[in-house]
Amino acid sequence: MELTNENVLGKIIEQFGEENITDAVNPDGIMTFQTNRQTIHELIKYLRDDKELQISFLTTMCGIHYPEQKDKELCMMYQLHSLRHNYRLRIKVYFPISDPVMPTMTDLYATANWMEREAYDFFGIVFAGHPNLIRILNVEDMEYHPMLKQYPLEDQTREDKVNTFFGR
Amino acid sequence: MATETKKVELDGLDQFRENLDLKLQDKHNENLTTLNLGPTHPATHGIFQNILQMNGEVIVDAVPTIGYIHRAFEKIAERRPFYQITPLTDRMNYCSSPINNMGYHMSVEKLLGIEIPKRAQYIRVIMMELARISDHLICNSILGVDSGAFTGFLYVMQERENIYDIYEEVCGARLTTNMGRIGGMERDLSPKALYLIGEFLKRFPKVWAEFEKMLTRNRIFIDRTTDVGAISAERALSYGFTGPNLRATGVDYDVRVMNPYSSYDDFEFEIPVGSKGDTYDRFLVRNAEVWESLKIIEQAYKNLPEGSYHADAPHYYLPPKQEVYRNMEALIYHFKIVMGEIDAPVGEVYHSVEGGNGELGFYIISDGGRTPYRLHFRRPCFIYYQAYTEMIKGGQLADAILTLSSLNVIAGELDA
Repeated sequence: MELTNENVLGKIIEQFGEENITDAVNPDGIMTFQTNRQTIHELIKYLRDDKELQISFLTTMCGIHYPEQKDKELCMMYQLHSLRHNYRLRIKVYFPISDPVMPTMTDLYATANWMEREAYDFFGIVFAGHPNLIRILNVEDMEYHPMLKQYPLEDQTREDKVNTFFGR
Repeated sequence: MATETKKVELDGLDQFRENLDLKLQDKHNENLTTLNLGPTHPATHGIFQNILQMNGEVIVDAVPTIGYIHRAFEKIAERRPFYQITPLTDRMNYCSSPINNMGYHMSVEKLLGIEIPKRAQYIRVIMMELARISDHLICNSILGVDSGAFTGFLYVMQERENIYDIYEEVCGARLTTNMGRIGGMERDLSPKALYLIGEFLKRFPKVWAEFEKMLTRNRIFIDRTTDVGAISAERALSYGFTGPNLRATGVDYDVRVMNPYSSYDDFEFEIPVGSKGDTYDRFLVRNAEVWESLKIIEQAYKNLPEGSYHADAPHYYLPPKQEVYRNMEALIYHFKIVMGEIDAPVGEVYHSVEGGNGELGFYIISDGGRTPYRLHFRRPCFIYYQAYTEMIKGGQLADAILTLSSLNVIAGELDA
């Protein structure tokens, strides 16, 4: 079976219902849609195990922070790849920063382990069920999650680096 | 005066130690020794720390710690205009920086929707394949060093110097190249660069054949590397392996063939695969890939198309300097680009290239500003290094060193 955006989306919606699979777009040739925290684990398991789809390679995942979106401040992006069909797929889950809990994918993909630790380290996303959720690249006693947008790159209290001409 | 010692409270550190204790099995078993390998150890070729639990010489468990040269590239990139991010990328896999540079450029070009002329694509292919050769050359010759054969390393290092001479002629730098620009190459290949590439193509096959002759059928080397650090194809896929390490297990996934970029579909080459996924297979796959890269360079060198070496994209590609002095329009574009005042369109892009170690991906989210809203690097080293524990368990300490070398984990890419 040739995988196209239409028939993959059709199959997923048939399985999980229209209320759980929303906002399908195609920004760069890779179909991107949103789902919710209740569905994501089942969905990735289904994509991996389905005999027709075989979307069974977790290419990457990363957190994204949108401070302006109320109750959708954090986003987790999963990008999957079917090596059999050479078909890529991107899934996003938005959730509030006050409750940054996501289900872990470590039981489905071994590679999710460090990727989730990275997302925890930089965005403070907690993965329920992760076997060893500690910081990975930053020091252990760091008290904040540095990729969140409220932390500017440079120390804003410094006065020796003011550049009034170009604003940076 | 007596000095007072203060007890420093480090909650995070205690937490870390607790986790470590949980991870290390049988910590009360007196037969086991805890050995700290790294972070700065001459045999690890980079800053890797592994706390090993040893039973005699056999590794029972290992806990890797990474992040020693973490430089927060993803965070820095959120404050920089697109063209200023290129120098960050070549500090990731510094053994093959041009691949990183050009992979990043191609991702931004995909976001901007720029078409690149054939000549620029071919020049990119030549430079990327040279980078792949220098990457594999380092990995395989260091594998020789770690198993006791220093000669090959010194011998092929001269060829890496020659590759760096080509880089120098093309872009002015040798290690952290910052090669090319968004929209093509910074300048055309000079006659000297073409001459150097031609000379390299003539000389290198002999050198590489000799290097292969020294190790490939060497009894000691084979005994030393067969069945060392083996991983099955299923586990490798689950761990997200890509590149030579995945191909050594027998899976023929190569981004250059599956999702061709930069005219890779114009060239004839094969994907070498292994079968067992052990250190020896990884060595063979990399060796064979060097020959394939040579084939690609030869084809691109012979069929180098005429035409421009950069895209006609004045908003993003710097005008020639002479024009800037004479032409008002060029001056304005020059100023806007250099000051980073050119906005990128709103969009979301993932582009991946076959890096020295596997699928090197760039995921860019642009909100229409001068910098990316979010830039995520899919760094192959970071993804497959987590399998290291599983690969060295049950083996000996010296095998762990060989496994690390044959995986070609580059600290810069691991920690970004």
